[in-house]
Amino acid sequence: MSEVLVLVEHVDGEVKKATFELLSAARRLGEPAAVVVGAVGTASKVKDALARYGATKVYVAESDDAVNYLVTPKVDALATLAGRVSPAAVLISASLEGKEVAGRVAVRIDSGLLVDVVDVERSGDDVVGTQSIFGGGFVVKSKVSTGTPVITVRPGAVEAEAAEAVATEETVELPAVDPARATRITSREPAVAGDRPELTEASVVVSGGRGVGSAENFAVVERLADALGGAVGASRAAVDSGYYPHQFQVGQTGKTVSPQLYIALGISGAIQHRAGMQTAKTIVAVNKDAEAPIFEIADFGVVGDLFQVAPQLTEEVTKRRG
Amino acid sequence: MNIVVLVKLVPDTYSERKLSDTDHTLDRDSADAVLDEINERAVEEALQLKEAHGGEVTALCVGPDRAVDAVRKALQMGADKAVHVSDAALHGSDVITTAKVLAKAVGTIDGVDLVIAGNEASDGRAGAVPAILAELLGLPQLTHANKVTVEGDTITVERATDDGVLHLQATLPALVSVSEKINEPRYPSFKGIMAAKKKPITTLTVADLGLDPAGVGLSGAWTAVLEAAPKPPRTAGERVEDNGDGGTKIAEYLVGQKLI
Repeated sequence: MSEVLVLVEHVDGEVKKATFELLSAARRLGEPAAVVVGAVGTASKVKDALARYGATKVYVAESDDAVNYLVTPKVDALATLAGRVSPAAVLISASLEGKEVAGRVAVRIDSGLLVDVVDVERSGDDVVGTQSIFGGGFVVKSKVSTGTPVITVRPGAVEAEAAEAVATEETVELPAVDPARATRITSREPAVAGDRPELTEASVVVSGGRGVGSAENFAVVERLADALGGAVGASRAAVDSGYYPHQFQVGQTGKTVSPQLYIALGISGAIQHRAGMQTAKTIVAVNKDAEAPIFEIADFGVVGDLFQVAPQLTEEVTKRRG
Repeated sequence: MNIVVLVKLVPDTYSERKLSDTDHTLDRDSADAVLDEINERAVEEALQLKEAHGGEVTALCVGPDRAVDAVRKALQMGADKAVHVSDAALHGSDVITTAKVLAKAVGTIDGVDLVIAGNEASDGRAGAVPAILAELLGLPQLTHANKVTVEGDTITVERATDDGVLHLQATLPALVSVSEKINEPRYPSFKGIMAAKKKPITTLTVADLGLDPAGVGLSGAWTAVLEAAPKPPRTAGERVEDNGDGGTKIAEYLVGQKLI
């Protein structure tokens, strides 16, 4: 069976959840081979976790340059390996950086690119990707017709399933950096990791809209999110009104999320917003306006004041979680 | 400093968007078209850099005839000239083809020091065109910039992502993509609108760029759509009025669904 290259996303020696999802997807297509690009010593920290999700091989590209240059070391590693092992596919998380890496790998190895797929399967000799586009309004199945399929997979779309494997390690030499073409990372300010899960990775998202009314009132949204162990989101109306920072915006011009549970508080449900959340498994909405379009897509809706309903729900959840 | 700024007309995200029935491409006529918001920020950044360092700003657009509106807006804001690649053969181009056409078009402009793009167009959401373009042009990529500074031939950028802020540095010529937060784009002045009418727009075809029309567009794409269908719309579930127990009812529903 052919190898399927999976680019590993890692922070401080911890593998991101999206990588386990990629390994699970890769198992449907062939032998998952994890590609670790990072500082010297990274692979030894992450190897066991990768094997737990089915990686039978771990390719290791470790050097100072791998850390000090943007995007291109990962492209170099994947393109080198693609030439060497003729993989069935290259899977990369559809994160901000992952999309950039994937695009560059695809042109460098003269191959087609499928972006932001929510599912991937083998059909005969073809690798077929399912995309959910225009915010879930259309479902499209595509294949790559030229070269090795390079595919970015939306975080949260494929379930991560553990499958113990024994991983062998193999070193990959990165080519020398061409300073005229490369971008150096001179310093880093890591995001202050909050206690909440990342918006696109969270299994529960609680979002607030214009109905929340002010930045201070967003505490109501945050308290419910924390009780559920979820992330906080905001509609564009709330962000434009200055209630919540832009990086938490869910919708067409913000993030796309597909959590198990999405709770919309005081959000009317404009197309702009629905585009970012309607692939959620279950949607719960609270809105004063019985005519709000959000109710058309909600599995459970409460017509009422979010400042009454949300705190009561927070209390119930806290009680049940005991 | 000579700057090329990429602009694009996209369907308005506040209107309904769909795919055409015949070939699964975006039905660009069905939605209102607007200059992508992020492109206006790209144009603004180009103009600010020009104001600080001199040089010329060229707006570059690949798209159908009516995409010339995107170019015109850029000229009204203050860009000096424009290149518009318009060719029926481009219909259905995928991200890689689009980037290849853009790369060729950038090549027609002399002495480019900097290419500036928006970080993600809102229709295709591939988020990869600037990076692919950097790969094809052999330029350093400084993408998702919150802040751009140029000193001599050194460019520094603050790249803001969910993981934090990276400080980037590279040597010109280079490629930058800008984020939502980089600036507030100016409105075209009346003077700017009048001046734009006299600014040159060069229109090029795929053949003018030395590309084979058969190698672009739908027929030249390296990916193929097997099937496309509108998703059955979600249906409304249960809806209740809050009679003082709305929160409890949601909790009961979530327990029933094994979500808590």
